[in-house]
Amino acid sequence: MATTIPEPPQLDLDRLPKPTHSGNSGWRNLVPTDGDLHVALEHSPPASSSAIYVVLFAITMMFAAFSSALIVRKGSSLDWQSFTLPSILYLNTLILLASSVTLEVSRRRVATFMGGLKSRVENPARWLYITLFLGLLFVAGQYAAWSQLRAQGLYLATNPSSSFFYVLTATHALHVLGGLGGLIYVIRKLSKSTLRRNALDATARYWHFMDVLWLYLLCLLWMKL
Amino acid sequence: MAKFFAVTIIVIAILSAIPILRHTWVAPEDISKHGHLIDEQMSETMAEAGISFLAAQFVLAFFIWKFSNPRPDAKLKNFPGGAKGLVIAALLVVGIEVMALGIFGVKAWANVYLTPPSADAMPIQVQAGQFAFYFRYPGPDGKFGPIHPELINEGSQNFYGLDPEHDVESRDDIVTAEMAIPVNKEIHLLMHSKDVGHSFFVRELRVQQDFVPGLDVSLHFTATKIGKYEIVCTQLCGLGHYNMKAYLSVLSQQDFDDWLKKEQAMQ
Amino acid sequence: MHDMSAHAVQHHVPPTSFIRKHVFSLDHKVIGKQYYALALVAAICGMALSWFMRIHLAWTNAAIPGLQLLSKNGAPGGVMTPEYYLQLMTMHGTIMVFFVLTTAPFAAFGNFFLPIQVGAEDMPFPHFNMMSFWVTFAGFVVLMASFFTADGPTLGGWTQYAPLNAVGSVGGPGQGTGVVLWMAAIALFCVGQLLGSLNFIPTTLDLRTKGMSLMRLPLSAWAWFITSCMGLTAFAVLMPACILAILDHVAGTSFFVASNLVMNDQLLPHSGGSTLLWQHLFWFFGHPEVYIAIVPGIGIVSHILITNMRKPMLSQRVLIYSMGALAVLSYMVYGHHMFVSGMNPFSSLAFSFPTLVITIPSTIVVLIWTFSLYGSKLRINSASLFALGFISMFVSGGVSGFFLAQPSIDILLHATYFVVGHFHLVMGVAAMFGIFAGTYFWAPKMFGRMMNETLGKIHFWLSFVGAYCIFMPFHYLGMAGNVRRYSAFVDDFLQPLIPVHRFITIAALITGAAQLIFLYNLIHSRFWGKPAPDNPWEATSLEWSTPTPPPFDNFGGKLPVVYHDPYQYGVQSSAGDYVMQASPEQVKTEHEEK
Repeated sequence: MATTIPEPPQLDLDRLPKPTHSGNSGWRNLVPTDGDLHVALEHSPPASSSAIYVVLFAITMMFAAFSSALIVRKGSSLDWQSFTLPSILYLNTLILLASSVTLEVSRRRVATFMGGLKSRVENPARWLYITLFLGLLFVAGQYAAWSQLRAQGLYLATNPSSSFFYVLTATHALHVLGGLGGLIYVIRKLSKSTLRRNALDATARYWHFMDVLWLYLLCLLWMKL
Repeated sequence: MAKFFAVTIIVIAILSAIPILRHTWVAPEDISKHGHLIDEQMSETMAEAGISFLAAQFVLAFFIWKFSNPRPDAKLKNFPGGAKGLVIAALLVVGIEVMALGIFGVKAWANVYLTPPSADAMPIQVQAGQFAFYFRYPGPDGKFGPIHPELINEGSQNFYGLDPEHDVESRDDIVTAEMAIPVNKEIHLLMHSKDVGHSFFVRELRVQQDFVPGLDVSLHFTATKIGKYEIVCTQLCGLGHYNMKAYLSVLSQQDFDDWLKKEQAMQ
Repeated sequence: MHDMSAHAVQHHVPPTSFIRKHVFSLDHKVIGKQYYALALVAAICGMALSWFMRIHLAWTNAAIPGLQLLSKNGAPGGVMTPEYYLQLMTMHGTIMVFFVLTTAPFAAFGNFFLPIQVGAEDMPFPHFNMMSFWVTFAGFVVLMASFFTADGPTLGGWTQYAPLNAVGSVGGPGQGTGVVLWMAAIALFCVGQLLGSLNFIPTTLDLRTKGMSLMRLPLSAWAWFITSCMGLTAFAVLMPACILAILDHVAGTSFFVASNLVMNDQLLPHSGGSTLLWQHLFWFFGHPEVYIAIVPGIGIVSHILITNMRKPMLSQRVLIYSMGALAVLSYMVYGHHMFVSGMNPFSSLAFSFPTLVITIPSTIVVLIWTFSLYGSKLRINSASLFALGFISMFVSGGVSGFFLAQPSIDILLHATYFVVGHFHLVMGVAAMFGIFAGTYFWAPKMFGRMMNETLGKIHFWLSFVGAYCIFMPFHYLGMAGNVRRYSAFVDDFLQPLIPVHRFITIAALITGAAQLIFLYNLIHSRFWGKPAPDNPWEATSLEWSTPTPPPFDNFGGKLPVVYHDPYQYGVQSSAGDYVMQASPEQVKTEHEEK
């Protein structure tokens, strides 16, 4: 993907973290203290932001396959029994949306912190932890939704509608757990000051995609189930 | 070695073409009303495919012969017209060829699949199950009795799960292990699968259709020649797939009526 | 596009431990070789299975000595049961399609050479790349494990149609655990390949070195890139299908199993599922899959032919667009596997037109290859022989596609040996020839040793003639009405065809034995072959700019800069009639990039 190198910002060189071997080197547009651009170039992050789109595309195809299976299965037989979606799903949706907001906040704060551009950013990981918490809350909420369904007697094999409900929500939840893994990775790297900008951006994109995907699934389930 | 390779390609191409030209292994004789369109389509395609095949292999062989192991002072050349000419040729020649085949082939397909059976076609039901075909004739009332899957019992030969005690229409249904049809009479075949996927293939009739569990598919055809033919299963259905077949007898109307009476007596 | 020379430098510390160097390696070259080894083992297994199958078909009641060791129940006294034939057939197809034809041309050669050909030090995500191999390997192990279950592997064919794939052991031997293992193995394989695409695509888009524009990529690199895009879509659809099938099998759902099915006089518990849904999902994957198997071969063969013709193709661009067209069209044609499946007959017509149209890019590719030979200075060696053989085989296999693309003709030819002949010629032979050509061409770079040319040529002759002897007659059998997937030919109708089957079997055994020559050559050369120079073929692309074999970071710490189009042959340079991509030498070139 095309990248341009805009003018490096006017930096207070004394304020910058010292570039150590595994230090803050890795930011684009960053001039190391000793001015050795070669060092910066050598430790540049992978210009592979296209990779996250590869991942998102594959996930899209997978859910496209599940969606078409749902539509075909619903139309192929008369045994489809609709049921009301557990209301906790809507709360979970808000939680997930909130987590996207907190992730954006944290992304900007971490970026600022890593760029050394603001005077002091306390606890740059705080909002990441909040996002992580909200993500876990979401997964717990999905589990609660499944429990509610089970209490109503709707299990995986009860009816094709419930089958698809469980399959779609469980697969989504699994991918959300993967996203949580990514967040933990980012938090750890940040604490060691070895976080690359690209890793943070990619994780954020993945997380927002989980959000969008969930909204799509909710619509699909609401319309079809 | 290159020249030897070129000759080998040509020999293989010619040897491959010989059985086709000599009709050594061909489809058995067509005994259906619609089949001639399929056979014509096949011949046309064979001609075009054959010419393309031979031309491509010959040109490849020729160029290998001519341009391998060149003299040290040989100069590189490009084929006149370059890629552009070839692309245009491919688009036009192949494009028109395949479109023609496609469009003309629609009729052959439509005859079998896109036309409804005529009103006086004789309905016959065929059920495929691991690993046999069973046929059902509706009997004098012209109606098929309902199938009760839970009543299916191979041991007691209730292949269709019929319940003649409670279902009036089932009482005169005739279930047979072989299929007989009168010649020159359109048949409306109702296909039903008892368990997994199977397929109904009669080469001479030029019909092949999969059974779809859960979906009742139908076919219609007319046989034009008296004889005995094989119905074979062509969709992998389990270990007995290779042996899953039934016989189709195409009989004169009189013989068919006699046969049906005999089968009825054996119910 | 930027060609910032500052780009992916992962932590390129050379590995020290044996495990890190040869087992859990992050180096794409080692991963490529691991994939190659996997494909080799899989090919040996798949080929052995084909021998057992062919012998059984020709001499059905004969005892195959030793087969009873593989399965006591499946081959008592060495005589194969009908179910065991189907089980071996299923495994043959599955192993060959997935673990040979997707693995070798794409994962093996692609992993080794794509980063080098674009001028990168490695793939962008070496950990995911390593995972991709080991997950694929795990898939292979899970698949092979099904041989050792109580009633053996699944017998439903590599296509695993529903509902046979979901009804459980009541469907037959191997339909219990065997199916679950199959589905799990394939799901693992899909994950492995998705992780591979995750590396291939960014490598091509983002890691190209300075001066390497997209149009300057060699055709093999384009082929791998296009294939990885196809894989992304195809494997991401097969995996959910397998998951749903496993659920039908173990969790009592009914995605694919319809109502009112009776087996062994028992009503099955499922209801309402759609049989055709599996076919749609499977073939949406399945058709692009066969193009995934052939497109890398198209790229590799083009690459090898150009080097051996000493001139570029008539148009590089047209070849790239044709490969792209094949990839795009491959998604629109999948219904041609389902013409008589019971799907709406209008859909059958709809699918037949793109299927016929896909002939056009295939023809263009063959025409460009053939007519580029005109006026060339063709060198004959093992690699170029297999590349030329590929063209012949691709034509033969492609031409039979003409017939199968038309639904009306498919009525006669569906599920007969005609189809088997068609796909074996394009996949089992042409794609294999691509693998062989790639091996002979790239072995010097991969292993640092030249392969024995004499043995290579003998291998070629036996394989070329042998393959035609095996697979041409399949077409005649199909036209005569020989149904496929039969474990024995017991019908009166088929008896006259048995002598043809015997001829085929003998040809298959001889051709199979010829592959042992290749195996010997490969192994012997690996250890005792003549040491290879850096550029034995006088080729131009970046892989020949590296030392042989390449160091762990490919270019010894100094990334190349690309000055030329990939195939500058037929020029006057200090090196001879070619100039390498990374050479700054300016030459008078007759061949502009079109």
